[in-house]
Amino acid sequence: MLRISNSLYTCLRQHSEETYPHECCGVLLGTSGQGEERMVTEVVPCENTRDDSPHNRYHISPLELVRIQRLGRERGLDIVGFYHSHPDHPARWSQTDLAEAHWIGCSYVITSVRQGHAEQTNSFLLKGTTEEDKSFLDEPLEVSEAVAAISTNAGRVQP
Amino acid sequence: MRILIPTPLRQFAEKKDAIDVSAHTVGEALEQLTAHHPELRRHLYTEQGKLRAFVNLYLNDEDVRYLGQEGTPVHESDTLSIVPSIAGGR
Repeated sequence: MLRISNSLYTCLRQHSEETYPHECCGVLLGTSGQGEERMVTEVVPCENTRDDSPHNRYHISPLELVRIQRLGRERGLDIVGFYHSHPDHPARWSQTDLAEAHWIGCSYVITSVRQGHAEQTNSFLLKGTTEEDKSFLDEPLEVSEAVAAISTNAGRVQP
Repeated sequence: MRILIPTPLRQFAEKKDAIDVSAHTVGEALEQLTAHHPELRRHLYTEQGKLRAFVNLYLNDEDVRYLGQEGTPVHESDTLSIVPSIAGGR
């Protein structure tokens, strides 16, 4: 299960509307609990560097990830997942999403955006032990006011 | 020097988020890392022994691909980040 506060949930959905008709992307910082439960405490919007096809592809600069990972360590947080949007497309993972997913054990949150408005948001857990046997599983996404948020928006980490 | 382990690989490194090694090059550092934590090897390298294409290595803020690859010299105060890529699309 992925737990997130209502304010952070709203933050990542707003990002998907701001970048429409392009895909948005970002990193979820937080903590891991028992088993497969993770809690998001910061949402870090990132730049989609796929300038050649931003309407149906996304990519986060590795340097931006390095800096976000460092930011997380300073705050005692881990990268627990990522988010991106599917403009005018369902909030389901695609074959491209699976092929390009390498953070096993992390959550991949997808928001469908139709005509500029965020619709469904779903979370998928990347399961497996290797590149060869990885797969996405539907994951409960619990949105609640009860999840303490350190910040509603950590802000963009400059590349 | 310090090697930062990303979330998905920590299960193969005794759940550590950072491991200190003593090395002269990036390659030596990775060799020490995988010698102590052999399970990491198949996640970082292909069967042919090449670094997997989606594994990015950053020495401090520099992409090792644009330095000297695995022959890049390292210093005690350096940090090597292992960062699997993030991409996808509908």
